[in-house]
Amino acid sequence: MRPPLAPAAGRRQFCARLAGLAGLAAAGALAGDALAQAPVRVIRISARRFVFTPGTVRLKLGEPVQLELTTEDVPMGFSVPDFKVRQDIVPGTTQTLRLQPDKAGEFVFLCDVFCGSGHETMNGSLVVEA
Amino acid sequence: MTRPTLDRREFLALASLGGGAVFASGLYGCATPAAAGAEDFFFVQLSDSHWGFEGPPNPDARGTLPKAVAAVNALSVPPDFIVFTGDLTHTTDDPRERRERMAQFRDIVSGLKVQERHFLPGEHDASLDHGKAFQEFFGPTHYTFDHKGLHFIVLDNVSDPAARLGDEQLQWLRGHLATLPRDTRLVVLTHRPLFDLAPQWDWATRDGEQAVALLMPFADVTVFYGHIHQEHHHMTGHIAHHAARSLIFPLPAPLSAPRRLPLPWNPEHPYEGLGFRGIQARAATPALALTELPVVRG
Ligand SMILES: [Cu+2]
Repeated sequence: MRPPLAPAAGRRQFCARLAGLAGLAAAGALAGDALAQAPVRVIRISARRFVFTPGTVRLKLGEPVQLELTTEDVPMGFSVPDFKVRQDIVPGTTQTLRLQPDKAGEFVFLCDVFCGSGHETMNGSLVVEA
Repeated sequence: MTRPTLDRREFLALASLGGGAVFASGLYGCATPAAAGAEDFFFVQLSDSHWGFEGPPNPDARGTLPKAVAAVNALSVPPDFIVFTGDLTHTTDDPRERRERMAQFRDIVSGLKVQERHFLPGEHDASLDHGKAFQEFFGPTHYTFDHKGLHFIVLDNVSDPAARLGDEQLQWLRGHLATLPRDTRLVVLTHRPLFDLAPQWDWATRDGEQAVALLMPFADVTVFYGHIHQEHHHMTGHIAHHAARSLIFPLPAPLSAPRRLPLPWNPEHPYEGLGFRGIQARAATPALALTELPVVRG
């Protein structure tokens, strides 16, 4: 049985866990070495309840990019299920997520950490141009 | 005291009240001997009442749950028990308001003429405080119970806002399953789907696959869940997963719309798409027969 946590303690533990995981940020579909050398376009995405800014992100097919993710209020998630990548975002930190889209089209990104009433529509669009 | 059990014909008569098709689940042709103590019975699944929600998707938001209670009480055969698969209340940031909504919900469902009730949290009840308020009102968020030869396992995939069962609960499940004979007839109750129904709409459990893998060695497993506000049926191997309708508003079919916004209220057909489920559990196979019942008879 999970011991009931006081909300404050729960959040602290949650954050500590995230901080520990930050170094292991999912790298996405990429070739690590190539990305480490090539200058990679950086795209900043900011989250707050219940929107991502920008709401639409345009990428080129095959172009490696680095997403820099922040949240202005509460812990959030950034997930692109079609590329099987996701990242937790904690207030006060910048998380990076590398992505090299290997298919063209329009894909959903969404918050996958429940953040309140409105969470259900907290999503955006990743447009990958061929 | 024993109640007369429901025979197939009576159950179908009951089903026809709702006009819902009977969806039979279980292992056809697999003659599992009936478990000790197995006996036909009937139970009801209610889900997603979102008590506290206000808005155009349901102009009778405060009336629908009481109507569902009345509809269950009006069944010609009373259920042995009810299960409520989460999102009892609608999210609020205010911990006092959350408890107020839970108290009101509890009062309303106390009108159900059933002796046994089993509750699970949904993410709207539990994700903002890790299930604290829910536990104050309804007890543990994962547990087991038995009823006439069926073994029920309640799993919590919502108290973690990241939609994980978590290692601790998975460990508990592994340990619990290890104590059960492989021919135990299992019914799993949870809020979110345990399989990846539509991760693009957050209709998944991040580590749900691990729970399904633990259940796989059992020959007879059925999962009932809520969350997606519509009837849905899916198989992972031989394990059947059945989503229930909601008591507040229906949602679109998975990935059928750009956003998972509630389907609009239809004044021509009020309460359309809302309802609850009757499940007849039988000692014979197929073990479970499902019937979708409306909140208000059309
Ligand atoms: Cu969010």
